[in-house]
Amino acid sequence: MINNINIMLPEIFLALSVFSILMVGVFIKKSFNLVFNLTSLILVVTILIILTNPSSEEKIFLDSFIRDSFSNYFKILILLSSLFVLNSSKSFIIDNKLNKFEYPIIILLSILGMFFMVSSNDLILFYLGLELQSLSLYILASIDRDNLRSTESGIKYFVLSALSSGLLLYGCSLLYGFTGSTNFELIAEQLNKENTGAVFAMVFILVGLAFKVSAVPFHMWTPDVYEGAPTSITSYFAVVPKVAGLALLIKFMFVPFSNILLEWQTIIIFISIASMILGAVAAMVQKNFKRLLAYSSIGHIGYALAGVATGAISGYQSSIVYISIYVIMNIGAFSCLYLLKKDGQYKENISDLSGISKKHPLLAISLLIILFSLAGVPPLGGFFAKFYVFVAVLEKEMYALAIIGLLTTVMSAFYYLKIIKTIYFDDNSITFESTKNRSAQVSIFTSCTILITFFLYPSLFNNLINTLFIG
Amino acid sequence: MNFPILSTLIFLPLISSFFILLTKDKTSKNSSIYISLFSSVATFLLSLFLWYSLDVNSSEFQFVEEKSWINNFIKFKLGVDGISILFIVLTTFITPICIISCVNSIKVRIKEFLIAILILETFMIGVFCSLDLVIFYLFFEAGLIPMFLIIGVWGGPRRVYSAFKFFLFTLLGSVLMLVAIIVIYWITGTTDITQIYEIKIPKEYQNILWLAFFSSFAVKMPMWPVHTWLPDAHVEAPTAGSVILAAILLKMAGYGFLRFSIPMFPIASEYFTPLIYVLSIIAIIYTSLVALMQDDMKKLIAYSSVAHMGYVTLGIFTLTKQGIEGSIYQMISHGLISAALFLCVGVVYDRLHSRMISTYGGLVNYIPKYSFLFLIFALAALGLPGTSGFLGEFLVLTGTFQKSFLAAMLATFGVILGAAYMLWLTKRVIFGNANNSEIKNLNDVNKSEILMLVSLAFLILFFGFYPLPLIETFDVSVNSLIKNYETALISK
Repeated sequence: MINNINIMLPEIFLALSVFSILMVGVFIKKSFNLVFNLTSLILVVTILIILTNPSSEEKIFLDSFIRDSFSNYFKILILLSSLFVLNSSKSFIIDNKLNKFEYPIIILLSILGMFFMVSSNDLILFYLGLELQSLSLYILASIDRDNLRSTESGIKYFVLSALSSGLLLYGCSLLYGFTGSTNFELIAEQLNKENTGAVFAMVFILVGLAFKVSAVPFHMWTPDVYEGAPTSITSYFAVVPKVAGLALLIKFMFVPFSNILLEWQTIIIFISIASMILGAVAAMVQKNFKRLLAYSSIGHIGYALAGVATGAISGYQSSIVYISIYVIMNIGAFSCLYLLKKDGQYKENISDLSGISKKHPLLAISLLIILFSLAGVPPLGGFFAKFYVFVAVLEKEMYALAIIGLLTTVMSAFYYLKIIKTIYFDDNSITFESTKNRSAQVSIFTSCTILITFFLYPSLFNNLINTLFIG
Repeated sequence: MNFPILSTLIFLPLISSFFILLTKDKTSKNSSIYISLFSSVATFLLSLFLWYSLDVNSSEFQFVEEKSWINNFIKFKLGVDGISILFIVLTTFITPICIISCVNSIKVRIKEFLIAILILETFMIGVFCSLDLVIFYLFFEAGLIPMFLIIGVWGGPRRVYSAFKFFLFTLLGSVLMLVAIIVIYWITGTTDITQIYEIKIPKEYQNILWLAFFSSFAVKMPMWPVHTWLPDAHVEAPTAGSVILAAILLKMAGYGFLRFSIPMFPIASEYFTPLIYVLSIIAIIYTSLVALMQDDMKKLIAYSSVAHMGYVTLGIFTLTKQGIEGSIYQMISHGLISAALFLCVGVVYDRLHSRMISTYGGLVNYIPKYSFLFLIFALAALGLPGTSGFLGEFLVLTGTFQKSFLAAMLATFGVILGAAYMLWLTKRVIFGNANNSEIKNLNDVNKSEILMLVSLAFLILFFGFYPLPLIETFDVSVNSLIKNYETALISK
């Protein structure tokens, strides 16, 4: 077995380096900057380790841990997005006095948890990974401990998330009870329609997973946590755990539950439609930008789930493309928030954006691109994300899902247009401080460039996924 | 021909808009105007060259460019035929005029305005060149972004409402078309329209797909009863925005009917002809009556556009040679005439900041050159023989008489109503007594305005007397369109 240990080399490296920089943080005073830079370095090295290792499918530890191209793709996506989120938020962290050395370390720990989630092939390993991730996220949500709203959101997230983890665990135990195994592939062999208890278990597990990706009707925590938590944490919440959650959901639906497709398909279709509609309707009346992005992310998860709902390979590939583009757009959107600094305070109301196109033309045009892309208007990247999903959905002749999805696109276009209206059509602008926040600017620039030039090579992610899945 | 002339045509404005972005703030006004003017004139000349080198005796698509775009799925395919080339030339002709017009009318953020116009030009040329449904949709929808900003940033007092209405109406219409496009892909296995023409979409799908495309084109056209966004958008948009909207954006839908709806769904097109007739007749008569009652000049012209577009849809769906040729002719001529009329309104609006008819009166005594040009355009809009407006309407009505006497008779009433509102407008604005003391101090048209208006007037009169260059261009393509339609009906 020791020969195969390089299969989980990224995880081992990540775990060891987390412990060592924890020591650095404990023994060196005022070590935030050092730990922060080491964290970025660790993220980059982990990406390199994953890229240099072969991605052929291998299992280890009694088939409970799997390394394949699917998990590798998600790991790289998680690492890259964390790298961008973390670096663009650095000056925000320092300005808001969140610069404790634990901050980046806890983020690394949550990433470690997500690694085990996407690589799990067994109920127990999956649950351990999920809990490691969730515990880290509870701490992150309330990291601004002197701030009432931050602690409130932390508690809210903890209580609701613990409940959903409980449901998930209950589902896992039911599944073990009815199939006699914790291994995903063995479960898949045992499962069929007649196994009513296992179908029951599937519902519980689905509820837990829907909570993690904040899909309707398990989305209640999202707006409050997004609004209450510091923006740097919100941007992390909006991007990275979503990716891992969706990966896990896809994995569950297509490995252990592949034989009860008709049973879970109906539920996912319902969740998807409900998320799309609620995301579109509820976001219309929001005044806080972070809260609006929370509802918009609920809507976006609805579209990604529409791809899963097809129950076909092309469908979940389109979901992966969707979530990848979603990540790019959200990193850009949150990075813009880091530039809205005035008198040492970061503004987060939509009305604060009024007329910034006159004083800050570059920021305005970046927001314009990102918002139109979120709305899914061609020729920007967001359009292709939706396009691939609807191609997959219509392949399965699910016309109602496609039409409802596209109608909610129009509805959601309304609130994105409202922000653009505030930026471009309104007067009386606030002049924000011209920050030297280079890393946030780099994030915005990268995200906008990808979104604009996406139409030149729209099969970018498809090709990546295809090569990864074959190679 | 290896040189990618169509891609050059499409992306030239986009690339030059990038250069405008790089101009320095201090000198940006002049240099950005020169860059945009230069690039748009270059695009126009390139499109004239394209027209010249197009073989009009062939109904095949020419200058076809094909590149792999999304693997095993969609090809980036461009090409032109006798119908689309005219719309391309119209687009590239109108754009420099818009750029000249905004020198007088746009006071703030002119650099951004020019960038928006050039990006819009790219998308508009793209619409008329694309031979793939997805590429078409991409360009068709992408035009919303710059137009939304043009109305919203540089528009009048109610610009926000109008910009939202414009954007959401059009988007809502188009999403169903996207569904239809993807469904067509799953039925035929391709989105390349030349292949779809060959494959023939099964009969049972045609009606529903036709309706999905119709929902998009009807909004864009605009047809009654979904025309209500147009008057708002026109009234609030700056002059250049109104010109582009009336002259080109509205033509996309008519072009869409010719390029997609009829050849791809011939059986459904025949089935829905009565619906189109009814909607067109209502558009012609009802909106002409509405136009009579307007006291805002731009709104009046906007409603007259809806009525004129009624002739276009009527003509297209007669599916006769005269009807379709008349429609294309009407679209080109309306592109010139409505552009000219909006520019005329813009000229006096820049001076007195009012679009109300009641502000003006007796202009002929103080600004005679302007009044003369205005009169030409007003007469062209009502379809006076000798102007391009007459030929389009005449051909459409000739085509309609072959199919339905009733529809043709009702549509003819529209001609009378058209004369009524245009002449009444002219009477109140140009003749009569000056209601306003400021009119006496008005300056007549300046050089750049003369350049724009006279070039438009020349073309309107030229094509009114000598329509052959246009008709020769699209004749073969229209014949093959009708031939394919008729064979499809026989074999159904």
